[in-house]
Amino acid sequence: MATPAFPTSFVPGPLWGNGPTPGQVYNFPGAATAPDQWGTQRTLNPSVTTTSVLAVKYKDGVVMAADMLGSYGSLARYRNCPRLQKINDKTILGCSGDYADFQFLSNIINQRVVEEECLNDGFSYTPPGLHSWLTRVMYNRRSQFNPLWNTYLVGGIHQEKPFLGYVDKIGIAYEADTIATGFGAYLALPILRDAVEKNKKMEEKQAVELIDRCMKLLFYRDARSLNKYQVAVVTKKGSEIRGPIVSEANWEIAHMVKGYE
Amino acid sequence: MKTIVRIPCVTTTSISNMAACAELPAGGFVFENCQRNKFLESQGYKVPKAYKTGTTICGLVYKDGIVLGADTRATEDTIVADKNCAKIHYISSNIYCCGAGTAADTEMTTQLISSELELHRLNTGRQPRVCTANRLLKQMLFRYHGYIGAALVLGGVDSTGPHLYSIWPHGSTDKLPFVTMGSGSLAAMATFEDRYKADLSRDEAMKLVRDAICAGIFNDLGSGSNVDLCVITKDKVDYIRPYEEANKKGVRQGKYRYDRGTTVVISSEVKKVELEVIDTEVRAVPMET
Repeated sequence: MATPAFPTSFVPGPLWGNGPTPGQVYNFPGAATAPDQWGTQRTLNPSVTTTSVLAVKYKDGVVMAADMLGSYGSLARYRNCPRLQKINDKTILGCSGDYADFQFLSNIINQRVVEEECLNDGFSYTPPGLHSWLTRVMYNRRSQFNPLWNTYLVGGIHQEKPFLGYVDKIGIAYEADTIATGFGAYLALPILRDAVEKNKKMEEKQAVELIDRCMKLLFYRDARSLNKYQVAVVTKKGSEIRGPIVSEANWEIAHMVKGYE
Repeated sequence: MKTIVRIPCVTTTSISNMAACAELPAGGFVFENCQRNKFLESQGYKVPKAYKTGTTICGLVYKDGIVLGADTRATEDTIVADKNCAKIHYISSNIYCCGAGTAADTEMTTQLISSELELHRLNTGRQPRVCTANRLLKQMLFRYHGYIGAALVLGGVDSTGPHLYSIWPHGSTDKLPFVTMGSGSLAAMATFEDRYKADLSRDEAMKLVRDAICAGIFNDLGSGSNVDLCVITKDKVDYIRPYEEANKKGVRQGKYRYDRGTTVVISSEVKKVELEVIDTEVRAVPMET
């Protein structure tokens, strides 16, 4: 039986037994004297988690992809969690990690975008601006020992050039041509880096095909992934989120495997 | 009538009985020093670092046989201990084995099984089978319950065809068309999953293995330097070392040292320093014996 996180019975301390000691701080009964018992809460472990996000810069913009699975530990619980968000026509945001923290921050970002629209001054959120703001928010939260358990990818177009940035739950932030979070960093990043090295100025079709190959690969080898995913493409013409795409797995090699020795 | 006198270790009766009375050492690992080591560690003595191979190794089955590949970096924690070590070991003329994990363990384990297999070959008079090597390796590794840190990719061609196994330190094995092991195994496996298909040609297979090892070399910090390849077919083995020098040492572009003659000498003069002899003394110093 788990003990409840809040007090079920209230026993006040001595109000004026022998009086408060002169010169000492007197803690009045009923106040939150023990900060971490019931009052403030900190993120210790993520609950519903999502796996990797991948993104690659190509000639005209950025392609980003994320699958739609929300895992509850090792249970594939929620199979329709969209993790890519369109901020405006030149910015998209992708997220991995705790889904609740993503929804929380996503709400805040949406409110800010609406406020920005209301100001109606011709300015809107740029990818480097959002990236910078996210870095400060994430680093500030980690400094309070209460992190937002997420990894964000910010992609978009800024001053005619594609932009791609990464922000971690501990405030690590950098920009690169190819980024993948979580398991994608080990499995998909070698493939993405190799393709970009061979051809720095890819066409959209090639970039999307590359991302599709990597999402399929992640479905084969990441135990917390799903073959249903979304793809977001940003160009100077605008941003769109395509999906959900269901990839077909190729099990031809199953015929070659019999037993273990 | 012979009487055998039980004197510890040596008997005086016959030489052939010497071995029977000698103390046979107990088999397996000795854990006697563990408590002492733990105490020493708490006192601040540093544990000597194991020389690991921190590797990318892989193998695949192609049309005519097996292609095995490995990088050549051996690490001691964060230092590169050996820039060009050989990770593809000889088991028999038709069977080779790549090793990842603790370098000493992979080296000694493969050598041990190689000699066992040679004796077996002489006993049976037949070319050894890959499944035999697999059994010998897994039975030994399981006996040591993972304390021998050897993760192996075993491949070869025998009378029944080409076979490829991956063997884990605790003794489990997998028989698959393509396998990767080591710290760079995920990068190499990504390459294989992307491009492997049945019945590759020799050149396609070699290029795919080279690409997989290079993915490990450039994306994993525990792997580096060159690519070694081993192509095994029914008739012959091509042990290509190095197949590709993926990381060449840079050529020095210039020097900071000034050449002779940079500073112009206007004039030079040789002067003698006058020394005055004040006193001479002769002393006897006794020799140390």
